[in-house]
Amino acid sequence: MGNLKYLTNGLLKENPTFVIVLGTCPTLAITTAAINGLGMGAATTFVLVFSNLFISLLKNFIPDKVRIAAFILVIATFVTIVDLVMKAYTPDLYKALGIFIPLIVVNCIILGRAEAFAQKNSVLPSILDGLGMGLGFTLAITLMGSIREILGSGSIFNIRLLGDNASTILVFILPPGAFVTYGFLIAIMNRIKVKLNI
Amino acid sequence: MAKKLESTLINMILSLVLISMVMSAALGFVYMKTKDPIEAASRQKEIAAIKQVLPEFDSDPVADKTEKDGVIVYQVSKQNQPVGFAIKTFTDKGFGGHVEIMAGFLPDGSINNVVVLSHKETPGLGTKMTDPKFSYQFLGKNPAEFILKVKKDGGQVDAITAATVSSRAYCDALQRAYTTLKMVNDSLSAKQ
Repeated sequence: MGNLKYLTNGLLKENPTFVIVLGTCPTLAITTAAINGLGMGAATTFVLVFSNLFISLLKNFIPDKVRIAAFILVIATFVTIVDLVMKAYTPDLYKALGIFIPLIVVNCIILGRAEAFAQKNSVLPSILDGLGMGLGFTLAITLMGSIREILGSGSIFNIRLLGDNASTILVFILPPGAFVTYGFLIAIMNRIKVKLNI
Repeated sequence: MAKKLESTLINMILSLVLISMVMSAALGFVYMKTKDPIEAASRQKEIAAIKQVLPEFDSDPVADKTEKDGVIVYQVSKQNQPVGFAIKTFTDKGFGGHVEIMAGFLPDGSINNVVVLSHKETPGLGTKMTDPKFSYQFLGKNPAEFILKVKKDGGQVDAITAATVSSRAYCDALQRAYTTLKMVNDSLSAKQ
């Protein structure tokens, strides 16, 4: 029963993107389109769930002094698996995300959850925590991707909303647009958190 | 709950070695499983790009390719009659660096179609080079008489407004494709 809170934790209260503000590198860089956000989110969620699972299983077997090295080994393995699988089955998405797939290894969310949660908790809460954090991250960057794609390209998930000649606010798919969108979304999230008193 | 392993040298080494071994075994397995699909995917992409720039063909262009200085020339035929050449060319003079272009040439040397495969140009300006409105002016032109330079540089190409660098890069890549094509063609006719 009490396990459910691990799942919802990452969605709002400790949302990795908007509240903890971790993993901003992919958040800013790849959210030029909604589908990129979704793909990146899915890849990160997969890595988070499995690295949390393995680290919580192995936590008594890993001596404290080498724990970071061991965590990175586990994380890098799953990132490479995602990398290979995406290259094989979703080559277009793989090309769009490019270097940011291998860079999931150094995404602070994953190492952060391994360090702060998985190594102190048992298997089930760790999986739920990974899933919740992953979904929170996915929702956040898909939302950012959607906003930037609508404003900057006039489409969403590659479906055109405006005519071909409609002018769009180009800056939103350029790097400054990422910061502007991110700033506004964090402000809105803070407001919601104050209102809900959490 | 089992007690945590002490951080002694032997424990640290054992733990890291075991984890590395298990993880590399897992990776090896996934690598073997995905090797063929990855090859198939990249091959399909190549063929899809060639289809866009040349008329219908039935040969296997990936089997019949020559590489020269980073430019790949695919020879394409239909029922043993040459359909033309698809050339994967590039330039490093783009506004954002590397640009890859697939150009289709008919046997007489004229350009059939051109598509941009990858680029990092400025959205909204340089990206217009992927627009048919720009590439249209190259279709049916033979670089032997059509000078592949923007008008500002004394050529015959209408540059994209506010993206002269990207337009120049595009011409540079096409010129490289044509030069390579001529070299490959010469060595082919020398053989016959």
